[in-house]
Amino acid sequence: MKSVTKSKVISAVLLKDLRIELRSRVLTNQVLPFAGLVLVMFAFALDNDDVLQRVAGGLVWLATLFSLFIIVQRSFAVDTTDGALDSLRVAGVDLSAVFFGKAIALAVKLVALDVVLVCGALLLYRVDLNLNGLVLLVTCVICATTGLGFVGTLYGGLTAGAKGRETLLPLLLLPVVAPVLIAATRATEAAFGSGGAQTSEGWAWIGLLTVFAAVFGVGGSLAFGPLIDE
Amino acid sequence: MSAANGVAPGVAHSNVIEFADVVIVYENFPAVAGATFSVAPGEIVLLQGPNGAGKTTLLRACAGLLPINRGDARVLNCDLRLDRYAVRTKVGLLGHANGLFQDLTVAENMSFWSRLVGASAQDVAQAMSVMGLADRLSETRVANLSAGQRRRCALATLIVRRAQLWLLDEPHAGLDTQGRDELDRTLRSAREAGATVVFASHEIDRAQKLATRCLTVSGGVVSES
Repeated sequence: MKSVTKSKVISAVLLKDLRIELRSRVLTNQVLPFAGLVLVMFAFALDNDDVLQRVAGGLVWLATLFSLFIIVQRSFAVDTTDGALDSLRVAGVDLSAVFFGKAIALAVKLVALDVVLVCGALLLYRVDLNLNGLVLLVTCVICATTGLGFVGTLYGGLTAGAKGRETLLPLLLLPVVAPVLIAATRATEAAFGSGGAQTSEGWAWIGLLTVFAAVFGVGGSLAFGPLIDE
Repeated sequence: MSAANGVAPGVAHSNVIEFADVVIVYENFPAVAGATFSVAPGEIVLLQGPNGAGKTTLLRACAGLLPINRGDARVLNCDLRLDRYAVRTKVGLLGHANGLFQDLTVAENMSFWSRLVGASAQDVAQAMSVMGLADRLSETRVANLSAGQRRRCALATLIVRRAQLWLLDEPHAGLDTQGRDELDRTLRSAREAGATVVFASHEIDRAQKLATRCLTVSGGVVSES
């Protein structure tokens, strides 16, 4: 058997996951409507323009996190349903490359989700977004979804073979992604100018999101293989 | 036929598989309880025995998927106690599951697995042709295939890997007569090409004709049939 470079494994896994998503349309037909419903339900529950504008950033990222659980479980269900994850192990494939491929695919799906959620927030919650805010928001979405992609893939792999994984995943993942929720919410509030926040205030939170992504990118690539194997 | 049972310390490891008093505890149960057997290069070895005897555990252990709790275990000159990962690039395992992605077509599944193992497009085309997947089935989603067709697809992914040791768990399951004949021919061809095959099967008549040697697994212990 020829040796295969890490980048080839990453691209193969990435393309496979995105192709399965395009084919099955779980994101567009199930996750996006679910996330949209979360935004609408919050709008009904709070029913106050001032409050909604102030908490819009938090609601966008809460909806993202709720959707993350569904996307992560789906991402690993396609690998475990017919034993493909075992086949990947036996194939002697570099599992850290599998980790990066799956994490990038997950991040791409989350970016698509967040584009819709931000548009929903702009429409439903009537928040303002100027050019500086847009740059901050785009950076925030990229950094936060990258971090969520890494941590989601790591914990998805951890719970993939576990009994009761549907409930175990949110239980394990929610406390870990709390820093992303906080930092991304603050950065998004700064981008929206919620509560008189300045756009410049958001960049410090981008730093935290970057550190989070780096830690879970490195840690995840090291831990994913042993976790899957055990 | 090889009758090599037991592994003497210091002997050169020329056999493909050498297990000596191997114990494998799986989920607190000793699924393999002191197995001693060896498999020589080019053999087609049938593992036969009742359900729960430890056949699947043995095959998965040979693929480096399960830790060895006790005893000496070598596969393709890799010591499974020290490093059970190194052997994985040299073996091909087809378990009860097929390892396929239901939402992808046969061709897309083949493309994915061939990219992971560095197989050429020619290898893929040949494997698909051998398993009768080169026609309209190639563009069919795996979810829409019959159980036998999925098995053929899984076998095709195994063929492109050109593994030195084929480990097959119930490979005939779900295949029609034509598919079983094709599988038997494929395994004999693999053997002629230098591969070694170890498989478990409950279809004793067909399997015994295919095998060059039979081992019986019972209660986690292996004996010559």
